[in-house]
Amino acid sequence: MKPFVYSRATEAAAAVRQVSNERSAKFIAGGTNLLDLMKSGVELPDRLVDIARLPLAEITALPQGGVRIGAMARNSTAANHPLVRERYPVLTQAFLAGATGQIRNMASVGGNLMQRTRCPYFYDPAMRCNKREPGSGCSAVEGFNRIHAVLGASEQCIAVHPSDMCVALAALDAVVRVQGPEGEREIPFDDFHRLPGDTPQQDTNLRHGELITAVDLPALPFAKRSHYLKVRDRASYEFALVSVAAVLDVSGGRVRDARVALGGVAHKPWRAREAEKILTGARANEETYRKAAEAALSGARAYKHNTFKIELAKRAIVRALSTAGGSGA
Amino acid sequence: MEDDIRDADQELDERRSQGNVSLDGGEAEDSSPTKEVSRRDFLARTTLTGAGLTIASLLPAHLAAAASLPDGMPAEANAALSEFIKEGAVKVSLRINGARHALSVEPRVTLLDAMRERLDITGPKKGCDHGQCGACTVLVDGQRALSCLSLAVMQDGKEITTVEGIALGDELHPVQAAFIEQDAFQCGYCTSGQICSAIGMLREVAEGTASHVTPDVAAPPTLATLSDAEIRERMSGNLCRCSAYPNIVAAVREAKGQRV
Amino acid sequence: MSNEIGKPLSRLDGRPKVTGAARYTADTPIEGLTYAVFATSTIPHGRVTKLDVSKAEVAPGVLKVLTHLNTPKLKPIQHPPAGQSLMPLQDDRILYEGQPVALVVADTWERARHAADLVRVEYARAPFLMDFTEHLDKAVTVKGFFEPDSKTGDFDRAFNSAPVKLKQNYHLADRHHNAMEPHATIAAWRRGKLDMYDTVQGVFVARTVIAQALGRKPADVRVRSKYLGGGYGCKGFVWPHQILAAVAAREVRRPVKLVLTRAQDYTSHGYQAATEQTVTLAAGRDGQLVALRHESVAPGSMSDDYVEYGAIASRTMYACPALETRHRIVRVNRGPGTPMRAPQEGPSMFGLECAMDELAVVLKMDPVELRLKNYAERDPTKGKPFSSKKLRECYSEGAQRFGWERRNPKPGSMREGHDLIGWGMASALMETYRFPATARVTLERGGTVLIESGTQEIGTGVYTIMPQIAADVLGVAPERVRLVLGDTTLPGAGMTAGSSTTMGVGSAVHDAATKLKQKLTEMAGGPIAPDAYADLLKRRRLEKLSAEGLWKPDGEAGTGESKEWTMYTFGAVFVEVRVDESLRVPRLARCVGVYSAGRIINPKTARSQMTGGMIWGLGQALLEHTELELNYGRYVAKDLANYLVPVNADVPDLEAYFVDEVDEHASPIGAKGIGELGAVGVSAAIANAVYHATGVRVRDLPITVEKLL
Repeated sequence: MKPFVYSRATEAAAAVRQVSNERSAKFIAGGTNLLDLMKSGVELPDRLVDIARLPLAEITALPQGGVRIGAMARNSTAANHPLVRERYPVLTQAFLAGATGQIRNMASVGGNLMQRTRCPYFYDPAMRCNKREPGSGCSAVEGFNRIHAVLGASEQCIAVHPSDMCVALAALDAVVRVQGPEGEREIPFDDFHRLPGDTPQQDTNLRHGELITAVDLPALPFAKRSHYLKVRDRASYEFALVSVAAVLDVSGGRVRDARVALGGVAHKPWRAREAEKILTGARANEETYRKAAEAALSGARAYKHNTFKIELAKRAIVRALSTAGGSGA
Repeated sequence: MEDDIRDADQELDERRSQGNVSLDGGEAEDSSPTKEVSRRDFLARTTLTGAGLTIASLLPAHLAAAASLPDGMPAEANAALSEFIKEGAVKVSLRINGARHALSVEPRVTLLDAMRERLDITGPKKGCDHGQCGACTVLVDGQRALSCLSLAVMQDGKEITTVEGIALGDELHPVQAAFIEQDAFQCGYCTSGQICSAIGMLREVAEGTASHVTPDVAAPPTLATLSDAEIRERMSGNLCRCSAYPNIVAAVREAKGQRV
Repeated sequence: MSNEIGKPLSRLDGRPKVTGAARYTADTPIEGLTYAVFATSTIPHGRVTKLDVSKAEVAPGVLKVLTHLNTPKLKPIQHPPAGQSLMPLQDDRILYEGQPVALVVADTWERARHAADLVRVEYARAPFLMDFTEHLDKAVTVKGFFEPDSKTGDFDRAFNSAPVKLKQNYHLADRHHNAMEPHATIAAWRRGKLDMYDTVQGVFVARTVIAQALGRKPADVRVRSKYLGGGYGCKGFVWPHQILAAVAAREVRRPVKLVLTRAQDYTSHGYQAATEQTVTLAAGRDGQLVALRHESVAPGSMSDDYVEYGAIASRTMYACPALETRHRIVRVNRGPGTPMRAPQEGPSMFGLECAMDELAVVLKMDPVELRLKNYAERDPTKGKPFSSKKLRECYSEGAQRFGWERRNPKPGSMREGHDLIGWGMASALMETYRFPATARVTLERGGTVLIESGTQEIGTGVYTIMPQIAADVLGVAPERVRLVLGDTTLPGAGMTAGSSTTMGVGSAVHDAATKLKQKLTEMAGGPIAPDAYADLLKRRRLEKLSAEGLWKPDGEAGTGESKEWTMYTFGAVFVEVRVDESLRVPRLARCVGVYSAGRIINPKTARSQMTGGMIWGLGQALLEHTELELNYGRYVAKDLANYLVPVNADVPDLEAYFVDEVDEHASPIGAKGIGELGAVGVSAAIANAVYHATGVRVRDLPITVEKLL
């Protein structure tokens, strides 16, 4: 790890100021991904501003039935907070499907949003990667791409976003609250992470120096009927090959409303709106779920080693919807 | 190769007297390079002469003062940021197993390396250094955490417990005793992490947390109802290549009724 | 004898291991320590054309940067017992990615690591070979540990006239040991002598090779290893970094600690080479084998001739009149392979036991019945009888405990909820490698007993088992006996490898304890009660009384063969797998293994060995694979996030049993080896169970979701 300057923030504004003023400064909270990347020589900040002790860890109810999760809340705390697990069990399940007990105790919610891809080419500076070094080329396209994207990729980058939490947040229409040098703003979840396009080096639409302060979850009464399904080789402690967050409003045998998001398939948590369109108003049965799954993957494109992901994702969608639909299906 | 070798001790002494050997940590007074030092000696040297003096002397006086971080950080009450010195060492006060350790380390030093290489607390092990194995697991304020992905400088004021701090004197913690009884280890390298993890995990269960295998996350298991499947999932952050997993599950099962 | 042998004693090194007091190599506190870190080659083949160490040399805390331009010339070393003869930092040649190109020594680990990143290297690239399966035409025959080929009977004639024939290819993946403890070496020179703490499975072997490379006498080198954080073969042979650590310590004239990073652990020592196996079987309609040919090709290295013998089990496993095996390697730009739990029989039993399962399907015969039909009463290749073999009992007890008779042979016929259930079985086989060993047993004042032997504790329970053996002879409590090991100043012992330690060192301890007891008896003028030992010493004004013990196997050392007998251990493994009907991810649901492995000294630690081995089989079957990057000529990833070893959640209930057996031909204490046996057969049983669950025959490990969709 290269040397760096360390500062600790006790006020968000000061932290924002410090990082904004220095191009290669970074915030550090849990450190579970950043330090890993620094040890690997991928992230090379000159300054770390420690935001772990900022008073941004509260989880509170919002007036209209939503919930606000402070960015410094630990993944384990957020997962098990009564407001989260009662109103948004799919989010609790997603949190608990990710990483391990130790890492969830350390990782912050804000940091989870900022997780970077686990593409092995990105992680090793000895190999070319457009995300790490724009213009150097994407080694994964012609290389070993079993874990890579089947949706929304570009020739510049076929990496996937690794987070489980974010898949549930995508399904729940979360809003990311940030504080920057020019004040605060809100970013709808869909606009937070980016597709790679020609700028794969940019994972998110966050500007340098902007600090995530909270994630707001809007009220979604039917979110209780939901399921997070994660498919992986190992039974635990592994990133998803494919994951699905499914939230269904079913009554009278019909789907009234639906939210479906996918993980492990794209550069960002993938909201499957085509699937939702098919689901809404249709009979809550396996045939509908299959059609929805087909629609979700209709634009998929596979590479040499990840063809299986398309079929696996479809099957996972069907299973997640069937599980979420429960007896109402 | 033989001809260019002089006695290592002699050579070292010469270079020391020329002042061109920089030492981080305790300057060895005993010239025998291979002498194993007792833990007590090692600690005494590191804390009294080593880190404090050597590193502090590298800093200009006014910066050394600014760089110090006393327990509880009263110095920061008025400042939103505390500034440290690039590429230099910062002073950190770590509370580990009930004892305070003052040391100076570069900000890039992890809690794991601070403990292992500077404080001779070698129970926590380095298996991967990237948060992929769990061998470095310790308890931070009672919660299990990975010391390889923690910067030492970020830990001041926190209560850190390693496997060395778990037994009550000669009396083993029930998790430790159960690990022996159930043969929950073979080579023992992952064991300190497994034990810290198990203790932290049982506390998480007692606090009513759910896991990935909990059927209804709103109804998490209690210590009494904790199933083997729950133990397996919750202990999956600790790799054991000898693969003592079934016995680790048995040990946690045995210990869970006794004390958390 | 006081019947300590056979008791399920808890580990005597339990307390140090659960309290953090056990010091592994990198935990050793040494004054004035410096830290060494490698910079490694990013290309698989070529030459170093330019090295810029200027930034590294002036980086804070850096004491030395060694490259091939300034590293002292070392004496040549040979494989074996060196892992490879190629010594990095001796010239500009690069033969594999990850080969060290510089070694940086600094005052802290962080500074050394960072300075290693500052070393700039330019290369002249040369064409490279990576994937041996694309170059099977370049296969060559080399002589490794065993004869490459074997031939019994007339294969062609038997094959051509047989009514039932089967020929299949099987592929096993490249795997890495991934011991939780990375390789670590602490080297310090003192008055011209080298003192090393090293993560080695053989202190004496390490001493021999290190002394040879440095041009020293073995007596000038001391190697210690008190606790080993797993090895599974990767710490057996001696690897270049150990020697280079010693060189670095001489150069900086300070003790040097070199701990490989996890990534460097993938390229600084050997791995279990993949094998491409072809099994050709011919049988009568009754299932009787008439011809068996097993061929294996594995990747080899450019520098050395290590061979993974992926067909060797077929030489021994089944009675068959026409039997051929063949082993080849294809040289690739990777470091050499090395033994990994379980070598040789481990990979070869996958091909053979899957093929037998396929034959059972063709014959519509129960897989256990087919194996009993071809039960070998003597070794079909060597012609000798087995020193002990109770495999029939293993099959029947295993089947009964598992509930095998309830199996519906039709694939896909058993299910529960979303799960397709598959039941499969396989045999296990492992050669009983035997190595000589010595030990000293000493009665100390106060009646405690000290055992000294230069063996190693790798997790197999040596600190417990040896005291049990001595206690058994001397009639004292095992808790009164302690073992000092892992030091070349102790009586010599071999590598902790080939599952040989309990048998070899245990026999030497038994011999020493027996001699000590004789001395005591003579001294007392007749039989003496253990509680009178201390008094006897006191009366004779002796501080202590020692006896030296030795065990040397009859026959060729390092093999399981004596003049009269051939020695193997056996087992039968039964597994249940579950495959989700839709998502198709295979999971192990239970496993029952019953083993015929000689006398069991400590059933508690032995059971742990076997279940641990089963989990290795699970990893081999479903998870483990070191993926090659064919464009760069390297591994795709070198970490524990991409290389999947089983985690706790992967592991179901496992049952391991031993049939009652004492093999006095194998060793005087009746024991054989068990450490590797548990890892044999499991992957085949799992693949066979996956077929039974899904009807899909996967002949290519690991069995991952895409192969079942």
